[in-house]
This record gives sequence, C-alpha cells and structure tokens, in this order.
Amino acid sequence: MAKAPQTDTYTALVNQPLGQKIAGALGLPRPAVLRRYEPGQTLVEGSVLVLGGGHAADEAAAVLLDWGLDVRRQSAPADRYGAVVACYDDAGTPADLSATTLQLGAVQRKMGPSARVVTIFRDPLGSDRPAVRAARRGVEGLTRSLAHEMRRGATANGIVLGEDTALSAPGATGALRFLLSAKSAFVSGQFIPVSSDAGALPRDWEKPLAGKVAVVTGAARGIGAAIAATLHRDGATIVGVDVPAAGEALAGVVNSLAGTALQLDITAADAGERILAHCAERHGRLDIVVHNAGITRDKKLANMDAARWDSVLAVNIESQLAMNRVFLAATGQGVVADELRIASLASTSGIAGNAGQTNYAASKAGVMGMVSATAELMSPTGTAGGGTINAVAPGFIETEMTARMPMATREVARRLNSLQQGGRPVDVAEAIAYLVSDAAGGTSGATLRVCGQGMMGA
Amino acid sequence: MTEKTSPTSANISAAPQDSPRIAAGQPAIAGGEVRQAVIIGGNRTPFARSHGAYAQATNKDLLTSALNGLIARFGLQGERIGEVAAGAVIKHSKDFNLTRESVLGTSLDPATPAHEVQIACATGMEAIGGLANKIRLGQLDSAIGGGVDSISDAPIVFNDAARAVLMELNRARTTQDRIKAVLKFRPGHLAPEAPGTEEPRTGLSMGEHQARTTHQWGITRQAQDELALASHHHLAAAYDRGFFDDLVTPFGKLTRDNNLRADTTLEKLGKLKPAFGRFLGDEATMTAGNSTPLTDGASTVLLGSEEWAAERGLPVLADFVDFETGAVDFVDGKEGLLMAPAYALSRLLQRQGLSLQDFDYYEIHEAFAGTVLSTLKAWEDEDFCRDQLGLDAPLGAIDRSKLNVNGSSLAAGHPFAATGGRITATLATMLHEKGPGSLGLISVCAAGGQGIVAIVRGR
Repeated sequence: MAKAPQTDTYTALVNQPLGQKIAGALGLPRPAVLRRYEPGQTLVEGSVLVLGGGHAADEAAAVLLDWGLDVRRQSAPADRYGAVVACYDDAGTPADLSATTLQLGAVQRKMGPSARVVTIFRDPLGSDRPAVRAARRGVEGLTRSLAHEMRRGATANGIVLGEDTALSAPGATGALRFLLSAKSAFVSGQFIPVSSDAGALPRDWEKPLAGKVAVVTGAARGIGAAIAATLHRDGATIVGVDVPAAGEALAGVVNSLAGTALQLDITAADAGERILAHCAERHGRLDIVVHNAGITRDKKLANMDAARWDSVLAVNIESQLAMNRVFLAATGQGVVADELRIASLASTSGIAGNAGQTNYAASKAGVMGMVSATAELMSPTGTAGGGTINAVAPGFIETEMTARMPMATREVARRLNSLQQGGRPVDVAEAIAYLVSDAAGGTSGATLRVCGQGMMGA
Repeated sequence: MTEKTSPTSANISAAPQDSPRIAAGQPAIAGGEVRQAVIIGGNRTPFARSHGAYAQATNKDLLTSALNGLIARFGLQGERIGEVAAGAVIKHSKDFNLTRESVLGTSLDPATPAHEVQIACATGMEAIGGLANKIRLGQLDSAIGGGVDSISDAPIVFNDAARAVLMELNRARTTQDRIKAVLKFRPGHLAPEAPGTEEPRTGLSMGEHQARTTHQWGITRQAQDELALASHHHLAAAYDRGFFDDLVTPFGKLTRDNNLRADTTLEKLGKLKPAFGRFLGDEATMTAGNSTPLTDGASTVLLGSEEWAAERGLPVLADFVDFETGAVDFVDGKEGLLMAPAYALSRLLQRQGLSLQDFDYYEIHEAFAGTVLSTLKAWEDEDFCRDQLGLDAPLGAIDRSKLNVNGSSLAAGHPFAATGGRITATLATMLHEKGPGSLGLISVCAAGGQGIVAIVRGR
C-alpha cells in the first residue's frame, strides 16, 4: 500500500517543546497532532456534556450512556470534557439559541485535545416560518464560527435532522457516533443531514461492515488503498478495481486485505457489467460501491486541449454515471443489495474552483450533482432500487500526488484550514466507511467535506 | 492389464466400479472415478527482452510476482493450495527450491507444497499437465503450475579448469596443499561461462538447428515473416481490446510485453539480415524478426477440481484434457531438433480419437516461425506421416485463421519455462469465450529434441 507521510515536518516540529516555544513567540500556526481512530479505542476521552432542553438532548444523553460514556447534563467546575453535544432542536426563534450557546462557550476552555462539539438542529428548509428558519440557520453560523475557534485538534460539526427525524433514529445516532469519534479527525465545520429513519446500527461497532462486499475503484494506491484497508478493517470483503497498468500495486493492496483484484478501465463500455459479474461469481453479492478512481490533467482553460478535458470528464464522472446505471438496474435481482450504498469522491476543487482545474472541478462538481439526483432515484419514492448515495469532498490530503506539489505551494495549502494541516488518506477513508455503513442509512444525496474546514469554498 | 498386476497393486489401482468397498466420491487413486481437472485462470508478468526492463529482477522476484497477481485475481490469500509446480530452465543452483521459496514469499498458506519441474521450453506444460493428472486422480483438489526464466539472472559459472582447481583447494587439508592448489590458477581460469542455448551434444545453437530444419522443409523467408507479422498484430490487438486484463499483471515498469512491435510491417521484417544458417548463403531465411529473442518473465495457471472451484465461486474456463511428451533423435541429424511435437501429436490424437482438424484453436509455440511452419508442413506431408508417424494418410492441413489468434512467442517473447503457462491460460480464456465443448491444441517444442502437445476443452 502507498505510504503517505505520517505527519508533515512542520507539524512534528511545533509539537516538540522547543518548536512549540518558537512558534508561540513568532505567532506561527501551531497545528496539533490529531487523535485518530484505532480499534478498541475509547469513543471519547473525558466526559460528554449534553446541553439543551428539547427531546434531542434527552435522546443524546440516553444513547451516550448506552455507549458507556460519562454523560453530564450540567457542567461542574472540575469536569474535563472530551465532547459537548449542544441540542437546538427546539429553537423557535434566534433568541432561543442564547442559553445553550453561552453554556457551550463557558466550557470551551475545559475541552481536551481533539475534543468534539456536535450541534443538533433541524433542517432550516423544513420550516417556512421566518423565525424558525432564522434560528436554525443561526445554528449553522455559530457552529462554523466555533469550528474556527476550536484549538488543539478539536472540531465542531452539526447534525441536521429532518422535520420528523428523532436523534434516536439510526441515521442520527450513527452520525453522532461518527462525529464524536476519532474517525472524524479531519472533519470540521461540516453538517451531516439525516432526513429519514432508514438505516440500522451495527451489532458490533468495531465491524460495522461485517458480511458486506465492497467495490473500491482506484484501489491500487493513495486514498483508494486507504479506503480499501479501512472498509476491510470494518469487516467488508474488498473487490479492488484499478486500471490494468496499476495491477502490480493493486495485487499488493488486495493480497494484504484478503480480497480480489479486478484489472479494469472504468471507462470501458462494459465496466459496470464486468464489476457486477465479478461480484456475482466470486462473492455472490454487491453491497457497497466506492467510486474513488479519478485523474487530474491540469491546464488553464486557455491552454486546455480536448484530450485533457475529455479524459478527466470521462474517468471522473461519466464512468460513474454509466456504472451506477448498471448497478441500479440490477437491484432486486439477487446480487446487488436492496440497500445498496454508493459513495463517490468529489473534491473541494469542485466546490470552490481552482485555477488550472476547470476540467477537474467540472467533473467533481458533477459528482455532487450526480449524487443528489441519484439519491432521489434510490429513495423509497424513487424508481431505481433502494439504498443511499453520498459524496466525500476531500480538501488538502497528504498523498503521493500532493507530495509532488512545489514546496511553498504545498506548505501554504496545508495550513489553509482550521486544523492548520493536511489530512491523511485514512481521514477520507473513515468518512467513506461511515457513509457506506447502515448507520448512515438516514443520509443520502449529501456531500461531506473532509478538509479540516478548509478556507476554500467554505 | 489387471491380469499382470500383483494382488497388492490391484488393490490400489482401478477397482471395478461396482465394488461395494468404493464409496461415492472416492478419489480415482483410491478406486473411484477419474474426474476433470479444470483451468480456473492464469496470470503472468509482461515478458521483457533480456538485459532490459527486468535486468535487476531475479527468477524468484518474477515467479513471486506472477503468483501474487494470481492470488489477488482469485482471492487465494491464506489458501492451502494442493501443490505448486514450476521451474526455470536457466537458474542458480542456490535456487534449488525456487518454487517453494517463491510460494513462501506470497500470502498463500505456508503449508502449500511446491516442487521444481524442468523439461526445457516445455517446463510449464509438464508442470501443468502433471498437476492436472494428480487432480484427475483425486490426489489434489487445487494446484498452480507455471514457470519462470530470466536470462538477466543467469548463473555465471567458473569454467571446468577453474572449477577443478577450486575443488582441489577445497579438499586440501594442509597449508602446503593449499598453496599447491592456488599456484595452479591461470588467468584463463577467470573467464566465466555463461549458459547458452547450444545443444551440448552438437554444439549448435537452437537457431542453427532450426535453420537446417527450416531449409529441409523448404520454408520461405516470406512465409516466416508473414507469421511473425501476424503474431505482432494479433498480440497488439488482443492487448488493445483488453483480452489480457485478466491474464497479465504488470511488473516493474512494464505493462505489456516489450518485444511487441505493433507497428511492424513486412517491409521492416524483410530488411533484417539472416541471423541463423548463414552457411546456407542466399538460402538463409531466419532473422531476428522471425525468431524469438531471449526473454525474461514468469507465468502461472490455477487448476482445480470442479468442486474446489465451485466452493470458492471461481470461474471454470476449460478442462485440461490430456498431454503427450515426445522426443526425437536429432543428434546425428535424423530429425530436426524442434520436431518432437509433430510425433507426439500423432499419438495424442490417436489416443483421444480426434483428427487434426477437430480443433477450434491451435496454439503452436513460435520458437521460430520456421518451427511452426515446418511442423505444419510435416503434418501435411504424406511421406513424413507414413514413414515417420506410421499413418495411412497425412494428418492434413489446419485452418490457418485458427492459429495463434492472439499472438504467440514471436511477439510476446519466450522466457523458456514461462511459455507453457502463457499459452495454457490464453487458450483456456479463448475457449471459454468460444463456448462449451470447443477444442484447443497446444504444441510446444523444447531443447534436447523434446516437446509437449496438449488438448484443452472449453467450458
């Protein structure tokens, strides 16, 4: 598997005593070493404070107790918090935000490194009353700002509940667990919408994908290899797909995960059929598809040629549309799971744009469009099968690709987010693993950014 | 046959089918019925011209890589394979357990046994055929056969005179003896001997042998160049349509065989000077273009019983039906060095009750274009078939559009022991595409005047 740098040199330096002093004296950024998930790890280090007076707060407290956490409903002077869950589900007007928010502020200095703030509120579009919608949008604003203010690797994110969705719904509980855990290390200032009661919580949180068969395209290296390894860790059987030219690396990844390799150009007309046939013959089923394969062919538009433009669009989006058509048409025929989970790689370039990447941004914004429309097709009222489809938009991730950027550009790029560092391939993989799990069954059509609250397109 | 066997051996050989002691599903070796040995798939490295892309790779590196790709394709990690058999024609003596060492370097269960096979260029065929027979007899449920060769990793040995001195030094017990031995060293002893393709008994290279055969059978330069051209074009087309996506896993920087010249033409091939049989003067026809170059590479083929494949959801491409080894007396020039398959085929067809025209595909290893064309001409020749094969009528001509349709060694190259695996996996894939019951014939010539022919049936 491709080795991504474990941490950048600067981050390592400022986390040593001398470096810490110098950076502090000069006012330089002091990125923290983020707590990352390991099997068997405590979900939250320290107590969890649940704030708010609505139903969500009671439900949150109940589920957190269920997970064996030290739950507090009132702050006490001696407490140290690993997380705060601030519930605003009963906010009817912006003035209602005051009590919970000020309590949240009062404990902010008592939060440990890599602590979590999770705000819970309802979808602003779920109400047509100006005061209600203003209050709900208000929570978005305060969450984003708080994410900027978090220090020492701590993050702030929100869960946006549908009008009739309780926090005790599997999808909402699953989102809460993901955001509290170290799996969301590089996710900050983001919102996970949970709009239905669909989905299920796993019997074993260490193996949420047990028994599932997952196809990962572009699995030979980088983020794709990390996704394959993470899904395998969570219990899935991996079908690694990559172009024939990457076959040697693909074999290495797949052999370390006890999966099967399929050498295939995803732009081939029969790519979807061949993947489906492989899954049917070898594994008898297909539960998860991760569209990770992608290419860049950067040029400013004035210098763009047809080969560069067309190949990026063909690989990054057209292939996914074509394969999805095949998979969705095959639901209900015994191989493709009734609750098919699709996750697709978008990019913050597709949100904010990036000079030299008109083709790439078109393809990645296209992914987000595809995901939102396909979610409607896969919804209970839709025409094509069931299940969910979501996208993950990575920001600056430390990969072989970003390692080739010029040093100065890379150094600037990796600091331009609230966590002041680049993410790792595994951070993207954790978000994907969460989104393709049944615990995310209440979320579909969404794009989750894994960017450390990058300034680009924020 | 039963009358001749002793009572003891009768007990362990084929017992009557209705014997009450034979339980259903009993292996043939224990009295049950012979079963099919199926070809599940294959994997090989791209082949590289020697001293090029794989100059730094060893036989073990190449064979391990070919195994790794096979394991990944079929999800065999942690699996105990019944037996792995492979070999290399040119290898170091330290690599006596080359195949076992390669297996230990993969994610296969370390309890997978492995052994070496070697019958020159037919090594891969012998490995695969022998394993198939064990599967048919019920001794194995699964097996991997293959081979590897690297001229870039060839052992360089001291010449015999130097070795004599070194051995004497090794045997010396006293300082005096040691000094005596050391004093026998001469500068000439430093000249190393690299392995060649010369026949030890004739001193002629394989190409020189074939040049004589090619000339005897009156094979033209034009015909040889046309065969070479077709090989390159067929192989390139097969790569382009993704035929090798499930048969080849890249190694190092290579994703395709680097001997392949997709853009070669008859004009380009026609300009090459003869490389073999120069003594024939104007009648020399064999060039570097219509002969295979020295090549590095490895190949593997996964075999199993039908039950073993079904239990694991593995594909079944073809049955490995039968194979036959032949040898000819080439030393005094009675027969061409590479003509043994012509003889072996006659016996194989007779045994299986088939005619030469019953096949959908013919895979005749292109050691030299001249070898393929001489063999085909021999099968068509009334005198040869009567006098040498003892047949009433010639075996006849084949439909040339069924010959080496996805290219062969002239384009892909020929890492000696790896060619059998390349051909078997390629042919099994073609027959599977063609459909159940389709038949394929393999013919591979080998040094030492030997060769193997085999029959594969599509599923």
